Order: sequence, then C-alpha cells, then structure tokens
Amino acid sequence: MNAITRNEAERLEAPVVTFQLNGRDVTGRTSETLIAIADREGVEIPRLCYKPGLDSVGNCRSCMVEIAGERVLAPSCCRAPAAGMKVTTDSERARKSQQMVLELLLADMPQTAYTRHNEVDQWAQALQVGKPRFAPRAPVAADLSHPAIAVNLDACIQCTRCLRACRDEQVNDVIGLAFRGEQAKIVFDMDDPMGASTCVACGECVQACPTGALMPAREAALAVPDKQVASVCPYCGVGCQLTYNVKDNKILYVDGRDGPANQGRLCVKGRYGFDYAHHPHRLTKPLIRRADAPKRGEFAMDPDRVMDVFREATWDEALAFAGGRLREIRDRHGKKSLAGFGSAKGSNEEAYLFQKLVRTGFGSNNVDHCTRLCHASSVVALLEGIGSGAVSNPVMDVTQAEVVLLIGANPTVNHPVGATWIKNAVKGGTKLIVCDPRRSDLARVAHRFVQFKPDTDVALLNAMMNVIVTEGLVDEAFIASRTIGYDELRKNVEGYAPEAMAPICGVDAQTIRDVARLFATSKASMILWGMGVSQHVHGTDNARCLIALSLMTGQIGRPGTGLHPLRGQNNVQGASDAGLIPMMYPDYQHVTNPAARQRFESAWQLPAGTLDDQPGLTVVEVMHAIKAGSIRGMYVMGENPAMSDPDANHARDALAALDHLVVQDIFLTETAYLADVVLPASAFPEKTGSFTNTDRLVQMGRQAIAPPGDAKQDLWIIQQIAQRLGLDWQYGHVSEVFDEMRRTMPSIGGITWERLEREHAVTYPCTHEGDPGEPVVFIDDFPREGGRARFVPADIIPANERPDADYPMVLITGRQLEHWHTGSMTRRATVLDAIEPDPVALVHPLDLAAMGARPGDVVTIASRRGEVALYARADESSPRGAVFVPFCYYEAAINKLTNPALDPFAKIPEFKYCAIRVSLGGQAPVQSSYGGGIALEGAPASGS
Amino acid sequence: MNHAVIPIAVAGASKQRKRQAPKGRRVDPAALEEVQHLLGAEPRRRDLLIEHLHKIQDRFGHLSTAHLAALAQEMRLAQTEVFEVASFYHHFDIVKEGGSPPQALTVRVCDGLSCEMAGARDLLARLPVLLGKEVRVLAAPCIGRCEQAPAVVVGQNPVPQASCESVIARVAAGATRHGPEGHIDLAAYRAAGGYALLAQCTAGARDAESVIKTLEDSGLRGLGGAGFPAGRKWRIVRAETGPRLMAVNIDEGEPGTFKDRVLLERDPHRFLEGMLIAAWAVGIETIYIYLRDEYHGCREMLQAELDKLKADPPQPGLPEIVLRRGAGAYICGEESAMIESIEGKRGMPRLRPPYVAQVGLFGRPTLEHNFETLFWVRELVEKGGTWFASHGRNGRQGLRSFSVSGRVKQPGVKLAPAGITIQQLIDEYCGGMQDGHAFYAYLPGGASGGILPATMSDIPLDFDTLQPYGCFIGSAAVIVLSDRDRAMDAARNMMRFFEHESCGQCTPCRSGTAKASALIEQPRWDVELLADLSTVMRDASICGLGQAAPNPVDCVVKYFPHELSTS
Repeated sequence: MNAITRNEAERLEAPVVTFQLNGRDVTGRTSETLIAIADREGVEIPRLCYKPGLDSVGNCRSCMVEIAGERVLAPSCCRAPAAGMKVTTDSERARKSQQMVLELLLADMPQTAYTRHNEVDQWAQALQVGKPRFAPRAPVAADLSHPAIAVNLDACIQCTRCLRACRDEQVNDVIGLAFRGEQAKIVFDMDDPMGASTCVACGECVQACPTGALMPAREAALAVPDKQVASVCPYCGVGCQLTYNVKDNKILYVDGRDGPANQGRLCVKGRYGFDYAHHPHRLTKPLIRRADAPKRGEFAMDPDRVMDVFREATWDEALAFAGGRLREIRDRHGKKSLAGFGSAKGSNEEAYLFQKLVRTGFGSNNVDHCTRLCHASSVVALLEGIGSGAVSNPVMDVTQAEVVLLIGANPTVNHPVGATWIKNAVKGGTKLIVCDPRRSDLARVAHRFVQFKPDTDVALLNAMMNVIVTEGLVDEAFIASRTIGYDELRKNVEGYAPEAMAPICGVDAQTIRDVARLFATSKASMILWGMGVSQHVHGTDNARCLIALSLMTGQIGRPGTGLHPLRGQNNVQGASDAGLIPMMYPDYQHVTNPAARQRFESAWQLPAGTLDDQPGLTVVEVMHAIKAGSIRGMYVMGENPAMSDPDANHARDALAALDHLVVQDIFLTETAYLADVVLPASAFPEKTGSFTNTDRLVQMGRQAIAPPGDAKQDLWIIQQIAQRLGLDWQYGHVSEVFDEMRRTMPSIGGITWERLEREHAVTYPCTHEGDPGEPVVFIDDFPREGGRARFVPADIIPANERPDADYPMVLITGRQLEHWHTGSMTRRATVLDAIEPDPVALVHPLDLAAMGARPGDVVTIASRRGEVALYARADESSPRGAVFVPFCYYEAAINKLTNPALDPFAKIPEFKYCAIRVSLGGQAPVQSSYGGGIALEGAPASGS
Repeated sequence: MNHAVIPIAVAGASKQRKRQAPKGRRVDPAALEEVQHLLGAEPRRRDLLIEHLHKIQDRFGHLSTAHLAALAQEMRLAQTEVFEVASFYHHFDIVKEGGSPPQALTVRVCDGLSCEMAGARDLLARLPVLLGKEVRVLAAPCIGRCEQAPAVVVGQNPVPQASCESVIARVAAGATRHGPEGHIDLAAYRAAGGYALLAQCTAGARDAESVIKTLEDSGLRGLGGAGFPAGRKWRIVRAETGPRLMAVNIDEGEPGTFKDRVLLERDPHRFLEGMLIAAWAVGIETIYIYLRDEYHGCREMLQAELDKLKADPPQPGLPEIVLRRGAGAYICGEESAMIESIEGKRGMPRLRPPYVAQVGLFGRPTLEHNFETLFWVRELVEKGGTWFASHGRNGRQGLRSFSVSGRVKQPGVKLAPAGITIQQLIDEYCGGMQDGHAFYAYLPGGASGGILPATMSDIPLDFDTLQPYGCFIGSAAVIVLSDRDRAMDAARNMMRFFEHESCGQCTPCRSGTAKASALIEQPRWDVELLADLSTVMRDASICGLGQAAPNPVDCVVKYFPHELSTS
C-alpha cells in the first residue's frame, strides 16, 4: 500500500500461513481475507457489504468473527490471516453480533419486496433472526425518475456495493454516499433524481445491490424466469458475456456474466437494450414489393405502413423470387453483376456462409461489410506492417500497462466496458494519454489530454516520433532484430520537429515532447485507437504512424504493451476473419494468391479455376458501380447502407436503381425499404453461433428465444438462397459450418465446437486442439516475411474537403452511448430510446451562442451533398468549429452530408471530416412510428 | 404484486432537456469563473477539497450546487465526490437549485451536557423569537467551551456564560469575529528561552535516542484519550520506511473537553516546539495540524504564529507545517477519520489493520499526536523523564490537565496529579460544588467515558483505573452532576450527540445510535434490548465512537437503577 501502485501490489505474491478456523487448522495467503478462506473451507459466514470483485470495506459488520486475544470482533471480509491466529466464526459472541446486525437492518426493511433475492432476508433466515424488536426508521421516498432503474432507498442498508460498482468497478462516478449518521444516503451526483443525473445506466449498481434498493424499473426482475441462457452481448466489439433471463419466450432481463472480457460487467446497451427483439415492428412474413410502389432514393418511410409498399408472401414464393432473380442477373449479365453485403452483427458462421455464397454462388469477390466503414484502414496498415489485422493484446492488458495512449477513440461511449478497464488501470497507477480533437469523458481521468486539431493525426504522431528519434529514445535492439525499413522512417520524421508541428496540431511542442518521452520510456506502453484514426482519407497513414511508434520503441510483444484497434461491432473481427471482405478469403488469404485460391477451391470442392482471382468491390465502390450500371443485383444481409454509407442520398439513389435487391433483416430498415424482396430474419437472441470480439476471443452466442411468426434463422435463409442459386448446401447444425471454417482457417484450427460449448470463449491463434490460445502475440516474431515487422513512413495529406467560406465548419460523425449503428435496434429498445429519444448535434456552446441559438433549438446542417435539421445540444466536448452528429437517427440521417472520399489503400470513407454550414432554424425532425421515446410511453406500466 | 403500479419517469430529464445538453448538471460559466477567482493560484489537489469548500462557504455564506459543480470541474472530481464531502460536515450549508440560502448570520447554541445543564434549552427556545428571521439559530454539539456554559457562538464569535441579552447585544453590534487574545507570541516565547531545546536537538547536542528514552521514562501517554505511550509511538514510526508524515489532532470534540484550546490560547509555541522536536526525533517530512473549525480565534492566531515561524525560523530546514481546518465533525477527532479529512474526504474512520503508524496519511507512515501530548514534550525533556513521573496520587504517576465543568464552583482546566479522585478534584481544585447543589454523579471522561454515581467518588482518575467500572478517563473531561440532574437525562443528551455525530459508515453505530436514542427517549427503558444493542455496538463498531457510545446508557442501568424504576 505504501508507495507502490495498486497494479503493482496486486502482482505481489503473499506468503502462505496456517491458522485455526473454528478449531481446525487451515492455510491461506496473507493477501486473502478470512471470509474468502472460510468460503473455500466450507465455513459459512454471513455477509452483505462484501462482494467478490469489489473492494472490501467492512461496513455492514454482519461478518464479524472472534479472533483470540483481540478486544473486539473483527470483520472477516477485511482481515487477513496471520500464522497461529485463532478465528471463530460461530462462537456465541460472534453469532450474537451477526444476528444483531441483521436484526438492526431488518428492522428498517420495507414490507415490499424489490427483489427475489434480498440478502438481508436470506441471512436473517439462515441465522434465525426473528421479528426485529426495533422500531423502523422514518419512511424514505422512492425515486422513479429513471427509465431503466427504480431507486427504493427504503430498502437501502448503506453497504455501498452500488457505490463501489459505480466508482471503483465501472468508474462512472455518479453514485456517492452523502450526509452522515442515520441520514447517510446513497445519492446520484448531488442528491439528484437518478433520471436527471449523469448516470449512464450501466446497471452495475443494480447488479451489485443486495436488497433491491436499486432494481430494474417496472419490476422487470420480479418475475421468475423459466430459463437462463448463457450468451454474449449483441452490441460492440468488447464481447461481454451475459445471461438472458427468459419467460414465455420473452426476455425479462439481462445479467452480466463472468466472461474474460467483462468479468460480469455490462453497459446500458447490453443490459437494457434487449427488447428490440420483441418490438411490434419485427418482420414476421416475407415481403415482396408491390408493383405499384416504385423505388425512389428520396423517401420518408413509416415501418407501421409496410403494406403501402410491400405485400406478404410465402417463403417459397419469396425465396424463389429472391434467388431466381439473382440467378437470372448472374446468368444474363455475368458474375460481376452481383454483389453481397454481409453483416458484422451476424455470427462467424453466417459471415462465412455468406462470403462462400457470393464467391461460389455469385461467382465473384464482390462481398463486403461494414468493416469497410470502420477499421479497414487499420487492418490494411496492420497487415502491411506486422502481418496480422487483429489486436496484439486484449483490452484488459491496459491494467498491466504503465502508459496507455488512447487516440481517436471514445470508449466510454463506444466500448463502455472496455473503458472501465482503462479507468481501473488509471486508478491502479497507469498513466493515460488521451489524444483527441474531442474532449471525451476519459479526458477527466487522463494524465495528459492532448486536444489536437481535427485531421492532424499524422503531424502529431510524426512529431512524437521525431522527439523519440532525436532524443535517442528508440529501442535500437528491437529495431535491429525485429523490423525492417527503419532508416526510411527515421529520415521521414526528421522534418517533423514538434516546434514545427505545434501550430499545425494546435498542441504546444513541450506537450508533444512530454507525451513522446512518456510513451517511449515506460516499461510497457499500449496504444488503443478507434475510428477517429481510421475514418479519414489518410486513415491508413494514421495507423501506419501508430504502428511505427510502437515498433520504434519496442512497445509490442509483451503483456501490457502493443497495438489495439478497438473493433466496433460485436463480430466485425470475426466477420473479417471469416472472409467477408472483397480481397481476402477466410483467415486473410489473399484472393490473388494462386495457392490460397487453390486451397479454397479444393476445400469447397470446386473445379480448379472456378474462384474469381480479382479482388471484388468495396462498399462505397459498389454504390458507384450500381450507378455505372455494372452491378445490377444485390443481396444484403443485416446491413443498412442507406443509413450508414457516406453521401447517403447517393447510396439510396444507387440502391433504388438496382434491378433486384434482396434484403434480409429483422426490421424494415431504410435499405429494406428499397428492396424487391425482404426476408424476415432472426434477432441475435434467436439463434446460436460464434462471435469474435476485439480481443480475438471466439465466444458462444446461444439461442434464448424463438424467432417471431414466420421469421427464420439467417443461416437457414442463406442456405435457401444458395440452393436457389444452384448450390447444393446441406448444413444441418451451425456447428457443421464452424467445423468447415476451422478446417480452412489455421488460426482457429484448434477450436472445436464442443470446446466453445464448454468454455464459452477461446482466444485465437489456437492452432491445434488443446492449444490454450494466445491473448498476447508477436512475442518472438511477426507473421510477415522473415518474421520482421515493417516501418511505413507517412506524410501529411489534408482532408478531402476542408472548410471554406461557404461551408465554414467541420462535421464529425460517430455514435452515442445508447444507440447502435443506424439505430434500427436500439431506437426500438424501450430504455435506450427513452434515454436518448431525439436526434441531436453536439455543438460547442460558444458556437451556438455565435449563431444566436439557444441549447435545444433546431438547427440545420448542410454540406455540399445534403442537409438535415435536428436539435442543437450544447456540449463542450466538441472543439470550436466542429460539430459532432451521431448517425443513428433516421429523421436526421447525417450520412446524407458525409463525404464519400476514400482512403486510397483501404477504401474507407472520410466520416470524420467534411465541411458544413450550420444555421439556426429549420423543420423540426419528424419521427414516424418509432424513436422519440414512444417505446416507453407506450409500454405497459407494470407487471402487476 | 402487492404494491401499487409504478408510474413512469417522474422527475427525470424531459425530452427538451435532453435536447439541450448532455446528462446531468452542467457547469454554469459564471459560477465557474467565481470559483476560479476564489481559488486563484491555489493548487487543485484533492486533499484541498475541504479547504476550497471553506473558501466558498466563507465568501458566499453557503455552497450552491452551481458552485459545487464548478469546483468539481476545476478539481477534476466527479460532482458526487464534492457533494458527499460537503454534505458530511455540519459547517457547510448546501443550497440546491431553487433552494433558499441560509440567513447571513448564524448563532450556534451549544447543547452539550454542561451547556444544557446551564440553560442551553432555554436559549434555544427564546433566541429564534428574539433574533427574528434575519438570524439563524442552531443547536450545536459541544463547542469546547464547557467552562463558560452556557456557550453560544455568534457568527465566529464565542459568547461565554451567554444570556439572551448578551447574544442580542453581539448580534446588534455585528461582533461576529473572534480576535486572538493575549498569548505568548513568538518573540515572547523566544525571549523566555523558547526553541533553545529544539536548537540543541538539531545541533546534535541531544540525540534522538536519548530524547525518546526520556519520553519513555516519563510515562507520557497520548492525551487525546487513547493513552498510547508517546515514546513507543515515536519509536514505531521512526522504524518505518520514509517519507514519514505527522498529523496533529486539535479536533478537540469530546463533550466536556476544552483543555487543548485553553493551552493553545495561552502558549502556542510550547506546543509547536514539542511538535518540531517530535518531527526531528522521528524524521518527519511534513506536519499537518488539524484544528477544529469551532476554534476560529485559535486558527487565526495559530496561522499568524506559524507565518512568523516560517518567516523567522529558529533554524533552517524545518519541516513543512500545514494548518488544516475541520468543518464540524466530532468523528474527525478519531485518528483515522482525521486523516481521511486531511486528505479531503468524508471523515470516516478506517478499518485497522493497517495502523496509522504504518499506513496513515496519504498512505505514508504517520505519527499522529494529540495537541497536549506535544505540549508537554519541551518541559519533559528539559526536566527529565523522572520529573513528570514524580507527580501523581493514589499510586498513579504523572500530571493531567482535567477539563472540569458542570455543577462545580470554579470550572476550568485543572492541572492536577494523575490518580486524583473526583472528590479531591472538586474540593481542592474547583472550589467545591456550586451553592445549593449536592454532588450526585460525574462523567470521568467526556461523553464516551461513562457515568458514575457520587458514591463512587474515591476511584483514582487515570488511564486504566476506570475500566473495571465500565468507564475510562479519555481526554480527562470531567462533568459534575448535582442532585438537580438525572443520569438518564445525561445519557439521553450523550446518545443524541452520538447519533448526531455518527459518521454512518457501520451498521452497529449508524443504526445502533439511532435505535438506542429512540429507546432511551422513552420513559421506560427496554433494558434487555438495550443490553443486546450495547453488546453489538461494543463488539462490532468500526471505531471508538460506536464502541463507546453505549457507555452512558450501560452506566445508568448499572449504577442508577433507582432512576429507571422511578421514571
């Protein structure tokens, strides 16, 4: 404790001692608590404030034990054993104390049950505490201001488990213990209603509460589930394991499960964003476009009025039409006239079969998915520089890092549980450097916050490298033994002195020097980045600089140091691994490589020379090709390019221009609205499959509920389409698809379906059965030629569209904590929609004032490509002159404005920078039959 | 379900509110500017939170949530981290949005036992009416002026032997500050040979070992109440790996105790020299002095003397001395709660082990001392260990500063031999009982030391001698009751105090003091239930507050059964 950091303390190995527990000799480490040892020895001690995973605080005093020779009893949750100590847990004195504590707490418990597992009641029963003899405390009012969580402090025992969950575990720092004595009270911010506080509704406090004083709103958790299904979260790339609590084919509530990436933690989306699956808008019948409903790129749609555009069809008719027309186009216009977009939200098996369908059924490599819009540039740079597109270390490694450099990422919003590990690391002594044009939440806990100007990543990173080179902070031995191309890089960064770059980046030279030194000289520095790095026309260059930074300082290949591009979607890693990209087969085997082609032709039992030897078109290129007439038919599974593509008006025009569009989804998305056939598919909890998170962890998602109506599982639908295209596919169970995958993908070759079933999660590379998997890679060499990584220098390339007199401001797009991707799921999730009901643009308060607007006013944002009107939220996280808009709002689809200019290497569009004009006023956004908080307003009030 | 349908989203943020700004309270730019101006160039370190809160409270008369949010941002803290600290201390008045700030002037009427016996209830009943709406009248827990009972504080100005008339006169005159009174200042102290001993020590004329030995020989024990041998404590902390810190406890809050204030008001440098000798002997880097907020005059005087000392040090290389201000919390007199408070947190005692000597302030080995313990150091070292030990009566050794109050003729700080009995103390040092009062009972050690009947007046008053009777001497605060008082009422006063001052951390104390208070407010006491409650409070509370809180009640049951049966 003294003068060493918490991170260091946790790694110390404490001595083992023998002591007496209830008269019996037992052993334990002096770093353990008596209660933990008692648990291991099968000795039961009551406990309330104690919860493994949280720091012990010893305030409830229900776990008091007698230690021979001590004046008073000791809290077994806070005491460590010493050699020869005599501990009694069940003496009359100890028992009496335990019982009295429970009696005191029981006296203040309300009559109403807020949970099915009130631990005070449970322990009182176990210790035979009868009716309490004390008068209860004064009544305490409930706080029902939050859409997700009900606060009933009349059941609160001030154990502070919620506080520790909020402050120590999730580090959201919302819950406090205020006032004192009997008035001591759990508060949100400054004793504010929870719904008006800074609470981000991760629900960790609810999960921690022993009495239901914090409980899921609307009594969601009081019903008894008839089954619990171990699965994984359908949202971001962190890959939190969770448990679905199901009754009558309905998910009642979700609990965090102890997975490697989350250790029981969840965020608001994972915990409360599940009921989209039960939304009345779910597609339950195949739909075929009505003859009298022509397609137009410009539309406003209402999913309640599906029948204005479509008619219901049988599966037979729909499949025949969908598959038959694709086949016709292929046969008439050639193999390259079709394209398919798969989804990073689907399973590995779905991604694998989808790309196989395109490659063998359509006959080209025209298959892509939203990785193109996320980390394509990172992957290109990583493959080029170190030979692997995945992360070198798991997120959790930040707790072993001395320095963490976080750039162009906002994990508290986009990878909330991943962010908790970063915050835990900081609490434990890790120094966090946040580099971002936007002031994200993590800036508050950062050791240094470097707010550089948008679009100046390369200038900043090259300047840091300049410092490292000129001050001799490079790792010569690492460079010599493990890399190539350093000289070229060194010469290149010579021209980037911090003093010269300071005015360009808007960061003073001394700060650049400080962070460069800190990064280079620490024992272990880890880099994490997000789409702020990748979504630029120089996205690949940005990532090259990060890789070079890591290589030149030898900060890779050990625990706590390396490169981690934070993957966005739950299975974007797995979908890419599975070959859902136009230039690679599964496991990144390039389509132009004859040997690879041969391997897949043989694995897929195809005649030699069948597979296309040219890379296919990427997402944005497909849209251009449609307009050019070369792509005529598409199959889109679970993607929504009409919302997510840059220059969305253009994308919508393109989609409308297709001869034939087949969309497979769970809702009528904007893309489905332009389809000829819509196939009702399965939501995440309605199917089983494997999913690969950002840490290269392959995890099992299990079916919890049945799809509604005639909706079908996606794997079945893909096979049906394949059969209509003449492929004789007969996969029975999903595990058969996985088995085929692992035979063609050496990196997961050692993972069997049975092992996944048993262990829920296995890390790859896992090349042979029994291989434990490698969370940290590149320890000895890199998977490149000669085992060496390569430096690739980069120079400053400005954004494609800079602000000018007509469009003087900058638009940055991204996501919001509560909403996912294009919003089709989360805006139909009751709680998420209630928390963030309306489209907002985050504008700096001074910019707002300058245009004469008040916070909350409607503003119109226009670029050269389109305009939207939405509410202006005053938010100091945006730098002056830059506006941030999430792309999840259909009523203000911001991608109508974004620039489709591409990074030349990765073909990723520049979502993070385009020129705009913002003006006060405009038509307030009009919401159709979802969004705007109506999901909760229309929800039944209570389960009673 | 057996309860009502839950309405949806009552007081949550409206849709329009969500359109305007991110979640939660936003920082008001004007409030931020005010806070920045107030803090000036002062560091924004976490441990200065309470100091910064004082600045805002002093300047604006209250803490608005706007200012708290601004302070949180300025200090890079979460809003709740600021709020939970501010709401812990009695002297901060938080005003939320839409709330009304308190009156500009507050009059605090001490309702400690001695003041209550001297008429505090009457003052509390009459003053609000007499002073009108412009003045806030609050009951305050013991303010450490028991010899002046009933004591009242107008703003920051104490009124001894207060009457409605004297309070109204101070209010009318706007006399709300307490200037330092006559004390031995640095020049006078030096002129009389002060700091010569320290100079000998640092110059090498004395070595640390011999000084520690002298302390050990003297038998000097911690005079804050716990009585840990001072010399041994120095030795223990000295053996820990540096850097080491020192924390001085002048949070004198035990009802009935006022000796530290009286000695400080008289001779501050005697204490400071003792403190610096301790720091020299133990090898201390920085010293934190924690002074209770109620001692406004002392704070001003002590800060001035510290400034003089810094400007003109007796020799170079003095450790840094930091004066920290409490904010109204009895519990901060508990050594680890005080450390938490110095670190800018809620004053909640820590669980031990680890002990403060090993892991104390800022996680460092910490020498923690009560004021008076250090006050004696110079004289002990100068006169030798045996000198102190040569005093004493009834088989005990040493000298004690008794704070005597209640129904005696001459209350005050009485320097008397350790082991003196209550009867001897009353008769020889306090001029006997007040006229018309007959000795009935006494509290030998403040609120937590128990209550004994006059029939037990021959017990030597010292450490260890009272334990057999379920009592202890603690800080040697003796409150004398007469035949006009009842032990039950004294116990009620004490338990109300403990309930008010419990930090709320552990169940036995938080809930126990509240339940006990409710039980003993009843005319008939449930003795069996009180005994069970007493056991759990003693056995299972985290700190001495909860462990000792049942003492008065238990003593009433044990020694005053006649009161229980006649009530």
